[in-house]
Amino acid sequence: MNLTLRIWRQAGPRERGRMVAYEVAGVSPDMSFLEVLDMLNERLTLEGAEPVAFDHDCREGICGACGLVVNGVAHGPSKATTTCQLHMRHFRDGDTIDVEPWRARAFPVVKDLVVDRGALDRVIQAGGYVSAPTGSAPDAHALPVPKEDADAAFEAATCIGCGACVAACPNGSAMLFTAAKVTHLARLPQGQPERQSRVLDMVAAHDEAGFGGCTNTGECTAVCPKGIPLETIGQLNRDYLQAARRPARSRP
Amino acid sequence: MFSVGAPIKDSRAPGGPIETRWDRRRFEARLVSPANRRRLTVIVVGTGLAGASAAATLAEAGYRVRSYCYQDSPRRAHSIAAQGGINAAKNYRNDGDSVHRLFHDTVKGGDFRSRESNVHRLAQVSVEIIDQCVAQGVPFAREYGGLLDNRSFGGAQVSRTFYARGQTGQQLLLGAYQALSRQVAAGTVEAFTRHEMLDLVVADGRARGIVVRDLVTGEITTELADAVVLATGGYGNVFFLSTNAKGCNVTASWRAHRRGALFANPCFTQIHPTCIPQSGPHQSKLTLMSESLRNDGRVWVPAKAGDGRAPGDIPEGERDYYLERMYPSFGNLVPRDIASRAAKNVCDEGRGVGSGVYLDFADAIARLGRAAVAERYGNLFEMYQRITGEDPYEVPMRIYPAVHYTMGGLWVDYDLQSTIPGLFVIGEANFSDHGANRLGASALMQGLADGYFVLPNTINDYLADGPFPAVDPSAESSALAAVRERVARLLAVNGDRTVDSFHRELGRVMWDHCGMERTDAGLRKAISLVRSLRDEFWARVRVPPSAGFNQSLERAGRVADFLELAELMCVDALHRTESCGGHFRAESQTPDGEALRDDARFSYVAAWEWTGGAPVLHREDLEFEYVTPSQRSYK
Repeated sequence: MNLTLRIWRQAGPRERGRMVAYEVAGVSPDMSFLEVLDMLNERLTLEGAEPVAFDHDCREGICGACGLVVNGVAHGPSKATTTCQLHMRHFRDGDTIDVEPWRARAFPVVKDLVVDRGALDRVIQAGGYVSAPTGSAPDAHALPVPKEDADAAFEAATCIGCGACVAACPNGSAMLFTAAKVTHLARLPQGQPERQSRVLDMVAAHDEAGFGGCTNTGECTAVCPKGIPLETIGQLNRDYLQAARRPARSRP
Repeated sequence: MFSVGAPIKDSRAPGGPIETRWDRRRFEARLVSPANRRRLTVIVVGTGLAGASAAATLAEAGYRVRSYCYQDSPRRAHSIAAQGGINAAKNYRNDGDSVHRLFHDTVKGGDFRSRESNVHRLAQVSVEIIDQCVAQGVPFAREYGGLLDNRSFGGAQVSRTFYARGQTGQQLLLGAYQALSRQVAAGTVEAFTRHEMLDLVVADGRARGIVVRDLVTGEITTELADAVVLATGGYGNVFFLSTNAKGCNVTASWRAHRRGALFANPCFTQIHPTCIPQSGPHQSKLTLMSESLRNDGRVWVPAKAGDGRAPGDIPEGERDYYLERMYPSFGNLVPRDIASRAAKNVCDEGRGVGSGVYLDFADAIARLGRAAVAERYGNLFEMYQRITGEDPYEVPMRIYPAVHYTMGGLWVDYDLQSTIPGLFVIGEANFSDHGANRLGASALMQGLADGYFVLPNTINDYLADGPFPAVDPSAESSALAAVRERVARLLAVNGDRTVDSFHRELGRVMWDHCGMERTDAGLRKAISLVRSLRDEFWARVRVPPSAGFNQSLERAGRVADFLELAELMCVDALHRTESCGGHFRAESQTPDGEALRDDARFSYVAAWEWTGGAPVLHREDLEFEYVTPSQRSYK
């Protein structure tokens, strides 16, 4: 296959970026999207040009490092698929493909297709955990968890923190990301003691990080590579309302 | 090729009955009072299961912790990709499991090349890991009664593996990451992302800090502390194609090795039997299909070589379920080294199917129903289909072995301290627990055992002598200057080959000659090829000159270190003329083709010292008091 890639090039956070077109020949349908960028970068390096910077690591859809907006869609056209798992058999010979970074106020561009997603870490630091210092745990079977709850917690916990939900959201909101963690821990007995403070603190950190508000557009869940459902945001809203109604000193 | 130095001994290993050793060591190790812990700083490099759990636990204990990772978030460390599960001797199944059995299985599975004391401690601690993870909210798979589910893994006849669908590593790592995040919020951990360690600072014979490069700005600085913990993972990417993440590298370990830390058993690498076969020359990495699939999938190839029929057209009688045939008692669940070699052998006989063997779920789907199979392996099936375009519910998967894990690593004593005082090494980066072959679901167990329970107990004994005096500025500036000089050299070559072209070529040499089967002639050839490739690298590599964010420069430094490590791996493989576990020397096999150990000559850990020229071998003899070494049999 022969393709034209139009790629966002930006030398640094304060530089102006622009789309640059590259012809890429000899693409195999079995290649992953990132392998096409590898191939282009090999050529650019030998030509003495600057290779395209992009984040990636595990290349098996679980680390959450990669993330490109492909033809206007976060992670590209395949449903429930990260960019690294997107294969070229989904494109046609002669296609022109636009490749851009995540665009959101809370994710400043570092270089080319690489953005700074540190804001997501700050949301977790605000409360996305159970306070269980090492060594303090009771036997694992001391507290049975109904399978239904364990499964629901697991579904929410599969979020890979890639930030596609933010890139897709017209408001640049990370509410699906935040809700996934809130739901994971709210569905487990271990998460109950800190449930209310957690949701308030995480939402506060979310807003402070520069993410926008959620208006239930649903673009986030449409692009989520792990299919985190929109219902998690409903769970977050219920928990938030309940927690916010209680006076601060009586909140767990 | 190498010379032999003085033997080495694990001076921290306690004696006495094996069940009491860990208790005894914890009691004998000195403590640091809570008030003094605040005055002590520990650097932890790496944020995988071992690094994140250690950093969180040390910070909870009151130490000041500085945590470093090359990724943009600690949560991305490659532990995240572990699929199958984590072992623990809970015996929740009442199927005869115990701490002693897990210990026994692990020593045997490692083909009697690990330390009994360490492995027993691992088995003891395994029980606490599950409790800890459940308390953190790790959503393990559960049964309808609300209790934890288990499954079986290779090399065991009990069900002791805890799991979270095919994403166990992800869930365990997020648990550790969240514990770490809690400490970041508490101000006890300072987390530095997109920072790569490029050297170790050693002053007055102690590890006192690291040289790091900020991968965004390109700035190179030294960071000092009272102790340094490396949790930087394995070196499987020396093969270029492996199941490791693209960024996994040996640089931190290798730089420490060059500063005096011995490197143990570098040739002990694990080739995992169930990976998706390579699809073409563009391939940038290989993807694992969890070993848990062998619980229900049956491995087979056509009985006749060159049988070109579609799998569904080959009748039962003309299929060879070779693992079940050769190993009736363990069947498809033989350990990884055995399954990999068997796959290689049937493919070498010309019975492979499109560069692999079949892993067939037709029987499991008929027996359990499609829904039950989807419940257990759904995400793995989807991943397979995304990559290959084939539906494993309809046609058998095709799998082939790929490099997955490295049992070798920096040498550590029972306290997990390297031969440089103050340098501790945990998780896959050390060599300690898996011998010559790691059993499935034991990497997660070891990473978390080291990070949550072992290191936080043993490091106190060292830190009890701190805080240490200020670091001699010349030690700091010479380490800094050496790193800057090396980066400048990489940029200055300005040759005509890319970093990846060298890495691919190195990988090919290692796969061909230091992979699943090794020979004297092949290893000698590999050593000469690696040496000339290294010379060529420094003469012809081309690294684009950007001063700041420069991913080619990151890769160039890592490949330069792999080119040095590769030679040591080959020397180690050459000197060990026996076969054991994943190290298969064609010259040393039983009449039916199994690995043949030579305990009289090789029952030791090979710990290598860097000299700049021929390495020096220090032997640590292994003693077996509880598990008698025998020819491993899974028949």
